[in-house]
Amino acid sequence: MKIPGPWSLLLLLLLALAWLSLAPRRDESPPLINGAGASFPYPLYARWFAAYERLDPTARFNYQAIGSGGGQQQLLHQTVDFGASDSPMRRTLLEAAPGKILHVPMIAGADVLAYNLPGSPPLHLTPAIIAEIFLGRIHDWNDPRLARINPETPLPPLPLVVVHRSDGSGTTYIFTDYLSKVSPEWSRIAGRGTAVRWPTGIGAKGNEGVAGQIRSLPGAIGYLELAFAVQNRIAYAAVQNLSGNFILPSPESVTQALTSSTLDRDDFRISIANAEGPRAYPIAGLTWLLLYEKPSDRRKAQKLLAFVRWCLTDGQALASSLDYAPLPPRLRERVLASLPEIQ
Amino acid sequence: MRRRERHAGAFRALRTQRDQTVNDHPSDPLSIAHSAAPGAGSLTASAGFGSLLDGGFRILIAGAGLSVFALAGLLGWELYRGAEKALSRYGVGFLTGSHWDPVAGRFGALPFLYGTFVSSTIALLLAFPLSVATALSLTEFAPFWIRRPVRALVDLMAAVPSVVWGLWAMFEMVPWLRQAAFPFLQRAFGWIPLFQGPIYGVSLLAGALIIAMMITPIITSLAIEILRAVPPMLREAAWALGATRWEVIRVAVLPYVRSALVGAGVLGLGRALGETMAVTMVIGNRPEILLSLFAPGYTLASVLVNEFAEATSEEHLAALFEIGLTLVAVTLVVNFLARLLIHNIPFFFAPRTLRTQPMEGER
Repeated sequence: MKIPGPWSLLLLLLLALAWLSLAPRRDESPPLINGAGASFPYPLYARWFAAYERLDPTARFNYQAIGSGGGQQQLLHQTVDFGASDSPMRRTLLEAAPGKILHVPMIAGADVLAYNLPGSPPLHLTPAIIAEIFLGRIHDWNDPRLARINPETPLPPLPLVVVHRSDGSGTTYIFTDYLSKVSPEWSRIAGRGTAVRWPTGIGAKGNEGVAGQIRSLPGAIGYLELAFAVQNRIAYAAVQNLSGNFILPSPESVTQALTSSTLDRDDFRISIANAEGPRAYPIAGLTWLLLYEKPSDRRKAQKLLAFVRWCLTDGQALASSLDYAPLPPRLRERVLASLPEIQ
Repeated sequence: MRRRERHAGAFRALRTQRDQTVNDHPSDPLSIAHSAAPGAGSLTASAGFGSLLDGGFRILIAGAGLSVFALAGLLGWELYRGAEKALSRYGVGFLTGSHWDPVAGRFGALPFLYGTFVSSTIALLLAFPLSVATALSLTEFAPFWIRRPVRALVDLMAAVPSVVWGLWAMFEMVPWLRQAAFPFLQRAFGWIPLFQGPIYGVSLLAGALIIAMMITPIITSLAIEILRAVPPMLREAAWALGATRWEVIRVAVLPYVRSALVGAGVLGLGRALGETMAVTMVIGNRPEILLSLFAPGYTLASVLVNEFAEATSEEHLAALFEIGLTLVAVTLVVNFLARLLIHNIPFFFAPRTLRTQPMEGER
């Protein structure tokens, strides 16, 4: 076979160009609405985009789950139409933005305390003990403090190993937000953030990394996102809430936490950790879409707002099917009322 | 030389095509080129279309060459610009500080530097002898029918993506280390502080082991190429003097390739320093300097991949940029030292007869 030389290649190229220029042009193709940010709600967002594109074929979405920090940066530089974040934006960043940025809560998530003990016995934990564990002050599972609140569970004499996320993450933010609220000492030593300086333990990357470490290391304890733990059938502990009840995490108990949280701020940058309410699970947090109040592209903004409204009404049903906690009706209405009108 | 003739031929062919209205090989100028006398007609002397092409080609090639400088400069500049804030704020303290606290905004990179150096060094110490031995056995000892399949396997292993190594290490290697290997090491060498302390499985040593496994195929592959480049004359001469196999290798083969082998090791080390995914999955990610190799550690590359996506504050981002800058600097320094080593080793160690012809261009 003869190898085609440069002239026939050139001819092919010309033909291809001609064909491309003749191909029907789609001038009326809908604009692509770009977003970037948190990876924690990404499975739900992907489901929402797909479902909404079926309802309104003129809306097309592209979302990059690059992390909350990346989402905030890209929104600040206006390279995306919306951001998504598991932690509220800092005041300094909000002030640096070219326009007012709205925090729109979409759903709530929770962290569970997963552990590896032989036989996976049920485990109860109190806020004080959780703080002690993650401050590195409980070294063995048969510690009297653990035994006192788990009288009917035989705890083995295993060394207790803390596993935490090594990558910055919204899951870590929710957990450290909770610890900062229940333990002044934690708040002084480590504080809240997507990445903190852990007093003890080993770091693993991603929910799957933490889960892998916990699974393979008897005596390990760590925090995981609720949806991940439920879908992977990992044993997790019941946590004592403000009312003194031990609550197992579930979408319902997280929604309970939302219902009883005080919503005294207008911009929804609220923390729902350690919420009141007898059935509320305490280690929970919101995840937000970040939008400009007055975006430059009106047409895209209208489509985006219509999508957000749909997510907060019909879309919420999809959330619980993926083990995320939907927003309670009262909060939903307040959020919907706060959305800007763009003509 | 042959390539040059071909070019000359190709240009001639283009011109011939322009001149002749009839050509029976419109798509294959090379076939005409062979009919033309090679070397006839110089490129610079040709006028018109040919010289235009010549000039264009020269500019194109020069641009490609210069783009390396442009890319390196851009990379350095961008890293510097990103890290400027951290550089001016922490200064040298960044490299000597051992606290990494994104919440409080205190950043010190010493634990990461330590982890990177220790894990890479251990990995190289483990991988280099193994690789050279493998290469020697494949070029000097192994029966011929086995050489090619093993060679192919080695190349295949070099192509396995980092994250696949990491997954295997996390689910297979680390549990084995925790249950069998580390307790054994502790029993045998527990009197050395390096092997004391609690065993979690994920550790600096686990990171070093996975790096060693990843760079072994690369160094082996390079070493095989290097050993095959040894002139047969050297071996034959040694055989003729009545040398045993071991003496042939020691006297004829190794001195000739020593510097090139070091170069192969340095390439492996370069990969080891920058290795990210697999290491992150098994090293334990704890920014703390602990003497025990069983304790979790952290590397420069790991902290970048872990924290970059979620870094929201400016100081944190700047500190991460400075980590990137540090990593580039470390790699450059190591490469530079290795180059010094490569150029000096033959002078220091090689037998007198071989000093005159150091291996060039092997890296």
